[in-house]
Amino acid sequence: MLLQQLVNGLTLGTTYALIALGYTMVYGIIQLINFAHGEVYMIGAFVGLIMVAVYKVNFFLAMLVAMAVCVPLAVLIERVAYRPLRKSTRLAPLISALGVSIFLQTLVTLIKGSPNPLAFPQVIQDTVYVLGPVKFSTIQVIILVVASLLMVFLQFIVKYTKVGKAMRATSEDYETAGLMGINVNSIVSFTFALGAALAAAGGVLVGMYFNSVHPFMGVSVGLKSFCAAVVGGIGSIPGAMLGGIFIGIVEVLGVAAGFDTYKEAIAFGLLILVLLFRPTGLLGLPIQRKV
Amino acid sequence: MLLNIDNITVSYGGVRALRGVSCQVEEGEIVALIGANGAGKSTTLKAICGLVRPQSGTITFDNKVLNKMPPHKIVSLGISQVPEGRRVFTRLTVLENLEMGGYTRKKAGEVKDSIKNIFKRFPRLEERKNQLAGTLSGGEQQMLAIGRALMSKPRLLLLDEPSMGLAPMLVQEIFTIISEINLAGTTILLVEQNANMALSIANWAYVLETGEIVLSGPAAELANNPDVRKAYLGE
Repeated sequence: MLLQQLVNGLTLGTTYALIALGYTMVYGIIQLINFAHGEVYMIGAFVGLIMVAVYKVNFFLAMLVAMAVCVPLAVLIERVAYRPLRKSTRLAPLISALGVSIFLQTLVTLIKGSPNPLAFPQVIQDTVYVLGPVKFSTIQVIILVVASLLMVFLQFIVKYTKVGKAMRATSEDYETAGLMGINVNSIVSFTFALGAALAAAGGVLVGMYFNSVHPFMGVSVGLKSFCAAVVGGIGSIPGAMLGGIFIGIVEVLGVAAGFDTYKEAIAFGLLILVLLFRPTGLLGLPIQRKV
Repeated sequence: MLLNIDNITVSYGGVRALRGVSCQVEEGEIVALIGANGAGKSTTLKAICGLVRPQSGTITFDNKVLNKMPPHKIVSLGISQVPEGRRVFTRLTVLENLEMGGYTRKKAGEVKDSIKNIFKRFPRLEERKNQLAGTLSGGEQQMLAIGRALMSKPRLLLLDEPSMGLAPMLVQEIFTIISEINLAGTTILLVEQNANMALSIANWAYVLETGEIVLSGPAAELANNPDVRKAYLGE
């Protein structure tokens, strides 16, 4: 029973982790909480749904198309809504992000005609695998495998590729990165692109898992994933992964223990607790003041 | 003329940091920019690198105007900086820091060769190549910052206070290295509060006071100028 809840929590948690990575990477580079990130996730879910329902493509291809649509979308959002505000006060791009978030929710509602959820066609034969006391559904296995592969791939990019090293350099010292000949603007775009690809994949996976896609689905998941990024230590990539899984597991365990009315509050309660005892998050770096 | 700064003015939020500064750097020289804290030395270097924009005047490098170029383009023209306070990427390894220094170079083979050369000059960096740069001592970090700046094969190397915070023996070592880099063919513009050291290796020097050039001449001459000796050499 407990083990089963852990598996369910892990599944949910890896989807939070996928989205939390986008928050943490963007924050790491330009110290902005990109509140429109949840909407990129929502649009990813819609694109996946359209591909599967209308164009009848294979689930994985639908996911790739969703990623391919969300990447330029996120790059565009940064270009028009954040970059012009980069030199203004820190609050300005944050407000702009909230604006983009509301704009995208409303735009999708308008196009769709109503805010009601759509069911995700169950294109994947849902078999249940039994492993000792634990049951996995096919979609759970897909979520765990796809999310893990994406995270391994991300780690590879960030750790070993030239652009990944430049991301880390830019995130530590924006100005000096420019002095190295790094085009920091294209690194910022690249970071938004990576985050969006992960969020879009997350959107399609979650839409499928909960069999529901609607224009406001990015709000609660976005906020919880943001909590996950902060719990893990904002700016830290392993922190976002850990924070996402942690929040997923605690949420599922909380619901299983009978606190289902408080389901949405669990992530935020956890956030407050962690920040009380570890203001920098679980894997966060000590706060550095730039001279 | 490799670098020509012509009558530039820079203000930060209403405060004028530079008022009509002009100076020239000839290919092959070491030029020193000396002056007290807050005189505008670092601002001059930042203006060259594109980190601050002059409100008026022009900066030309190899006959190209730098005023509106983004920092990364200026680097690919052949200007590289060792920033004040070293600013190594503390969470990257020594090797990764050097790779970032060579970011503008297209061929991976060339980057590897340059790293080999840097390790020849700074054997201590090779011993620590897989360590995070944040774990290095101050002197090692300064060597890394210099090595990193050399990775782009600059024609002009800008050094901002390379002696800051280092023990006297290390200061001597760093200045010897700077002379060697110059002998190997790199032009150098050096900003220093340690005027003694700077004038001892420079060919030409400018004295900056509250945002203006008040004096310039061959370094050896300035080192003997009674006013300079009184104001900057502690006499």
